[in-house]
Amino acid sequence: MTRQAVAAGISALALLAGAPALAEIRIGASLAITGPAAFLGDPEAKTLEMLVEELNASGGINGEEVELIVYDDGADPNKARTFATRLIEEDEVVAVIGGSSTGATMAMAPLFADYEIPFISLAGAVVIIDPVQEFVFKTPHTDRMACEKIFADITSRGLSRVGLISGTGGFGASMREQCLSVAEASGVEIVADESYGGSDSDMTPQLTNIAATDGIEAIVNPGFGQGPAVVTRNYAQLGLDLPFYQSHGVASDEFIKLAGDSANGVRLPATPLLIPDQLAEDDVQRQPVQDYIAAYEEAYGEKPSTFGGYAYDAFHLLVDAIERAGSTDPVEIRDALEATEGHAGVTGVYSFSPEDHMGLDLSAFRILEIEDGGWTPVEQ
Amino acid sequence: MAGQGTTTDAAPADTGRHAYLKNGEARRPRIGPGLRTFLIFAVLVGLGALIFPSSYFYRVGTLVWINTLAVTGIVVLLGYVGLVSLGHAGFFAIGAYATAILPSYGIPSPLAMLAGVGMAGGLALIVGRPILKLSGYYLAIATLGLGMLIWMVLSKEAWLTGGPDGMVVSGMNARNLFKLVGLKLKSAEAWYWVAGFAAATGAAIAVNLARSPSGRALRAIHDSDVAARSLGVDVARAKSRAFVISAIYAAVAGALLALANGYITPETGGFMHSVEMVTMAVLGGATSVFGALVGALILTALPQVLTVFADYEHMVLGGIMVVTMIAMRRGLVPFIADLWNRRKS
Repeated sequence: MTRQAVAAGISALALLAGAPALAEIRIGASLAITGPAAFLGDPEAKTLEMLVEELNASGGINGEEVELIVYDDGADPNKARTFATRLIEEDEVVAVIGGSSTGATMAMAPLFADYEIPFISLAGAVVIIDPVQEFVFKTPHTDRMACEKIFADITSRGLSRVGLISGTGGFGASMREQCLSVAEASGVEIVADESYGGSDSDMTPQLTNIAATDGIEAIVNPGFGQGPAVVTRNYAQLGLDLPFYQSHGVASDEFIKLAGDSANGVRLPATPLLIPDQLAEDDVQRQPVQDYIAAYEEAYGEKPSTFGGYAYDAFHLLVDAIERAGSTDPVEIRDALEATEGHAGVTGVYSFSPEDHMGLDLSAFRILEIEDGGWTPVEQ
Repeated sequence: MAGQGTTTDAAPADTGRHAYLKNGEARRPRIGPGLRTFLIFAVLVGLGALIFPSSYFYRVGTLVWINTLAVTGIVVLLGYVGLVSLGHAGFFAIGAYATAILPSYGIPSPLAMLAGVGMAGGLALIVGRPILKLSGYYLAIATLGLGMLIWMVLSKEAWLTGGPDGMVVSGMNARNLFKLVGLKLKSAEAWYWVAGFAAATGAAIAVNLARSPSGRALRAIHDSDVAARSLGVDVARAKSRAFVISAIYAAVAGALLALANGYITPETGGFMHSVEMVTMAVLGGATSVFGALVGALILTALPQVLTVFADYEHMVLGGIMVVTMIAMRRGLVPFIADLWNRRKS
């Protein structure tokens, strides 16, 4: 037994190593670069690395070089919290970007209040900013706003009776709930409410049920991944001609590829990132959107995603705040961040306030219609 | 050894009492094995606190002790009895979620913890009897199913558990425990001591269990069900008891993690977490509580060390696993202990 204890001790000693390095302004990030949420964390990490390089090449912030420290939390809240502690204590960062997922974000959030370090999350859920936490901000819009935007478009077409067909995964379930809660205030009535499982390969029965509902005028499909593409194909096969809406969760070229021709006529709320060339000349978001796409394509040879856009905005908001604060004191950076007014990013135009730590309104979403395999903005 | 002679020379009654003990063991000073384990763990916990420079190290230390506690439960089940469970994250999550949910219904955290542990133990008792009739792969699959069911409830019943996004755990902070006795600690340090104490206690109990008659019955089952039964061991009951005990270990660890983190998601009850626990036990050596400690230490702390070569992290971890499984089949701790023995003799 003592021998086993000694053996345990030897193994323990073998693990004690590692020390951090020092630089000018240090910014930390904990992202889901691998694991189930890698589709979020990977473009986010790439975007941040690209931006830091760009920034240092052009002289850094107020002449000071920026160092970015990125950890991969694999969307595990447990790891995220450990890395957040490490960023704050060991790496002594002035601010943290990240939490690709809501779970990771919420696990980290209490630390930033304790240590008084500003934190910009890249996750979607409303709970991150409602109630407002002094040191926690976020850049993505919420699914509640997506519902409001879709409903606004539906009512502007003079329609009001809506059928929901929702995925049962985290995204679909959460958005369905938000849609149900904002329906009345948005002037629409949910007359049908169907759902499907993540791996279902045929949603014809649910669509038939919805189409058979009395007075149905439009269909909305909150969902993520493969499901919405299947629903879209089934919708076309059934020959339905009701206005059909997808969510921002599938706002990517990938969705058009998956759904093929059946996607024509589908509308969805999305960020301007999908329509860089169709933005008006005087659109404040035109410049950041085109800059981001050009830089990302040059660095990585592929198109950036909406998620990378959240990181782009978070980084620029932070750099802007540090410049305005004229200091690297975390509390002063936080104050400057909260005072951000009319900052045009790729996701939307941000104006933070003590009551609003997301800073976006419905104009951040554009309603797009799919036409011949491409995106067309719908005039409003 | 000198001790051997004394034992054989002793009065016949004494010989009878010690006859089954190995060389020298009878001559050891009279500290029970459980207490000795507790003291060794306590020294390691204290040693950690001495060398840790910041809260970050305490945080990683806390996770090591919490994982050690959970894996000690796996040692009881896998190392003592030889039963494989791929659903223990489920029990872990029951402990965690009970601690998270019950306080919002007016039940204080310590009671919520107890309730969660009770629920996990109760569930293990109820499902244990039918499930434990299976063995080998069949048992692994049945427990995997159980874990999946618990995970599904946690991620689907959003009104209760917050769904896939998880929920905030409000309630007890370990710091307040130390305030009662006039000690002011940071919460990361406070949780480190609490988790360390829990792991030490858990390990001591597990070691004592192994030395008790029912522990010997468990190890007899490990070698052969039939032989154990012919010796008068109630095999079904003994297995069920081990299953309940290991579920309780997992639930206590889950409750501690929930409180220390302040936030939980259904992933704590996910399949990968179950696999992780079994991996820790097998890597360190599933037959010993020190194996639990080493396995938990390596798989918790090594990813932190490896962030420097983040791109190769999975390769290094995988490599360590493969080498351990090929060269040291019984796990690290038994292997190093064997080396030590051989060198001495």
